[in-house]
Amino acid sequence: MLQTLESQDAVAAASTWRNQYLQGFRYMLLARLMDDKMSSLYRTGKIQGGVFLGRGQEALSVAIGISLKKGDVFAPLIRDGAGRLAFGEPLLDAVRTFLGSPLGPMRARDGNVHRGNPRQGHLAMISHLGAMISVVNGTLMAKRFKMLSGHVGVASVGDGATSTGSFHEGINQAAVEKLPLVLVVANNQYAYSTPNEREFACANLADKAVGYGVAPHEVDGTDLEACLQTVGHAVALARQGEGPQLVVAQLLRLCGHGEHDDAHYVDPRLKSAPLGRDCLQVAEEQLWQRGWADRETTSRLRQELAQLLEETVARVQRDPAPDPYRENWRALASAHLAEQFESYTVAEAM
Amino acid sequence: MSITYLEAIREAQARALREDPRVFIYGQDVGAFGGAFKATKNLAREFPGRVLDSPISEDAIVGAAIGAAIEGMRPIVEMQFADFSTPAITQIVNQAATLYWRSQVPCPITIRLPSGGTSGGGPFHSQSLEAVYAHFPGLIVMTPATAEDAYSMLLEAVAIEDPVIFCEHKLLYNHCKTDELPVDAMPVGKARIARAGRDLTIVSYSAMTQDSLAAAEELKGEGVEIEVVDLRSIKPLDTDTVMASVARTGRLLCVGEAWPWGGVTAEVIARVATEGFDLLDAPPQRLNSKDTPIPFHPSLWTAHRPTVRSIAAAARNLLRM
Repeated sequence: MLQTLESQDAVAAASTWRNQYLQGFRYMLLARLMDDKMSSLYRTGKIQGGVFLGRGQEALSVAIGISLKKGDVFAPLIRDGAGRLAFGEPLLDAVRTFLGSPLGPMRARDGNVHRGNPRQGHLAMISHLGAMISVVNGTLMAKRFKMLSGHVGVASVGDGATSTGSFHEGINQAAVEKLPLVLVVANNQYAYSTPNEREFACANLADKAVGYGVAPHEVDGTDLEACLQTVGHAVALARQGEGPQLVVAQLLRLCGHGEHDDAHYVDPRLKSAPLGRDCLQVAEEQLWQRGWADRETTSRLRQELAQLLEETVARVQRDPAPDPYRENWRALASAHLAEQFESYTVAEAM
Repeated sequence: MSITYLEAIREAQARALREDPRVFIYGQDVGAFGGAFKATKNLAREFPGRVLDSPISEDAIVGAAIGAAIEGMRPIVEMQFADFSTPAITQIVNQAATLYWRSQVPCPITIRLPSGGTSGGGPFHSQSLEAVYAHFPGLIVMTPATAEDAYSMLLEAVAIEDPVIFCEHKLLYNHCKTDELPVDAMPVGKARIARAGRDLTIVSYSAMTQDSLAAAEELKGEGVEIEVVDLRSIKPLDTDTVMASVARTGRLLCVGEAWPWGGVTAEVIARVATEGFDLLDAPPQRLNSKDTPIPFHPSLWTAHRPTVRSIAAAARNLLRM
C-alpha cells in the first residue's frame, strides 16, 4: 500500500514537473517570437524609442515566472519577457507598451520594457539599475505588516547591477529584515559593452551572498531544467521563511544591449562555448529527447504562437495614437494639489 | 502647556500611527533611540513593530517605502538630516515621483527632512533642499514655519496620495512653540498671511518666516507696516495669496535660506513679474544664503544666511526704490 502511494506521488510529481517544463518552454518560445517581431518592427521604423530583447535569457527568466504564484511580487528587468508572460502578463499589455499604445498599462507615457501592473505584483522597472530591489523589499515588508505569509518577491538584475550601491543596500536590507526575497542575477557576461572583468573583481558573483548573510545558488542559465530546479528551490526556501536567496546564472546575451547595438564586442570564444548555447534550442531538444513532445508538436506550437502574436500586433496597430490634446498632463494623484503651469509651459500648437 | 515644533511632529506621528494601521515609520535610529532629534521619542515602545530602525541605506529606505506604499501602506521616512537625502535621490525623484504618472498607482509616502542650518552644523548638516525636490514633477514639498503647521501639515502629508517631502526646520524644533495643537487647519496649498501690512510684502517660508516677522516688528518702530506671507508649502505654491498681497503693497521681497540660483525666491519673483508686473511699484527683490557651501563657524554661518538684520536692511532698501 505504502509503496503504491509513493509511486503515485512519484507519478504526480513527474507529471507536475513535465507540465512545468512544457509551460516554461511555451512561454520561452512566445517571448522569443515576440522579441523577433519587435526587432523586425524596430528595424522597419514601426517602434518609437528602443527595443531590448531577452534572447538567450529566456530559460532563467521563465523559471522565475513559473516559480511564482498569485500574490507574489516580481520586479523584472529588461530581458524578462518570458518571465513576465509566465507570471501572468497579458501578451497584449507587452505589445501595447512596445508599440506605445495609449490603451496599454503605461498608456504611452512609458514604453518597451518599462511596463507592469504594480498592484498585481508586477512592478514597473525604472532604468536605474538595482533600484527595484529595495522596492520589492518594501512590498514584502508591507505583506508582513498585513500579516500575509507565504509570499515571496523576486528582483531580477544583471551582472552590471551588482556594481551599484542600490544592489548593496537592497540585498543588505533584505538580509537585515529577513525578507523572502529572491535576487536573481543573470550574468550575461556584458553590462552593455563592459565585460565582467571591468565590472567586478570577485571570482564568482555568488560569493557575494556570504558577505550579506544570504544563501547562494548557482545555475547554468542555458538549461531550462536546471533553471526551473534552482530558481524553484530558492523560491521555495524563501517561501518557507529561510530568508533572502541569491541566484546567479551564467549565460550569454544572444543579442545587443538593445536593437541599436550590434554587439560586435562580444568575444567569439564565448559564443562557441557552452555558455553561448541557445537556451530555447536546448529546451526544445530536451523535450524531444524525453519524448514529452515531438518535432511536429513543437513546430505546431511555434506556428500557433506566431499566429497569436501576429493577431495581437495587428490589433495593437489599430489602437489609436496617444493624443497630446486629450492627455491629462498631471503628475500628481491629488488633483487639488496640482499646480497649473499652462502660461509657463509650451503652448498648444494652433 | 506649550508644545514645541519638535513635539508637534512627534505628536502628529503618534496620532497617525494610532489612527491609521497602514502607517509605519522607517529610518536611522528612529526606534528605541527615538531619532537623532527625538522626533520619534517613545513611539517604538507605544507602537511595537511599527517604528523600525533602518540600516544606513537611504536609497533602500526610500525604495522600501515606495514598495510598501504600492502594497497599500503609508510609510513615514525620517532622513537623519535633509543633507543625507541625496543618496536617495534616485528613488525619490525617479521612482516615487514617476510612479503615479507611469502606472496610475499612487505613491503615498512621507519623507521627513530635518532641514536648514544650525550654529556649528557645517556643510553637511545644514542644507535646505526644498527647491531640488520641488523641481521634479510628482512631488509635494511642505515647509512649515510654525508648530501648528508642523502638526497639521504632517498629518495631511500622511493622508495625501502623493509622495510628500516634509522639510522641517531644525532651528524651529525647540524654539518654536504653540499653546495647543490645532483642531482645524488651513489646507496644504494655501499660503498664510502671517502678518498684515500695507507698505511691503515679504514672502517667506520655514524658519525664515520667523526671521521675517521679527524684521517686520523691527521696522514697525520706523513707521513701516510690512505684510509677511508664509508660503507653508512651496509646491504647490499659492501664487494667488502672494499676488493679492503684492496688489496691496506694491513691493515684494522674497526671503529663503536656500541658495540663490533658481529656487523658491526666484520662482516667486518670476511668477509675480509674469502675472502681476503692473502691481509692482519697485523691482522685486530677494534675499538668500550666499552661493557657497554652508560654513561651520557660527560667525561665518550667521553671515552666510539671511538674518533679521539683513532682512530688515533689504526691506528698507526696497522701500527707498
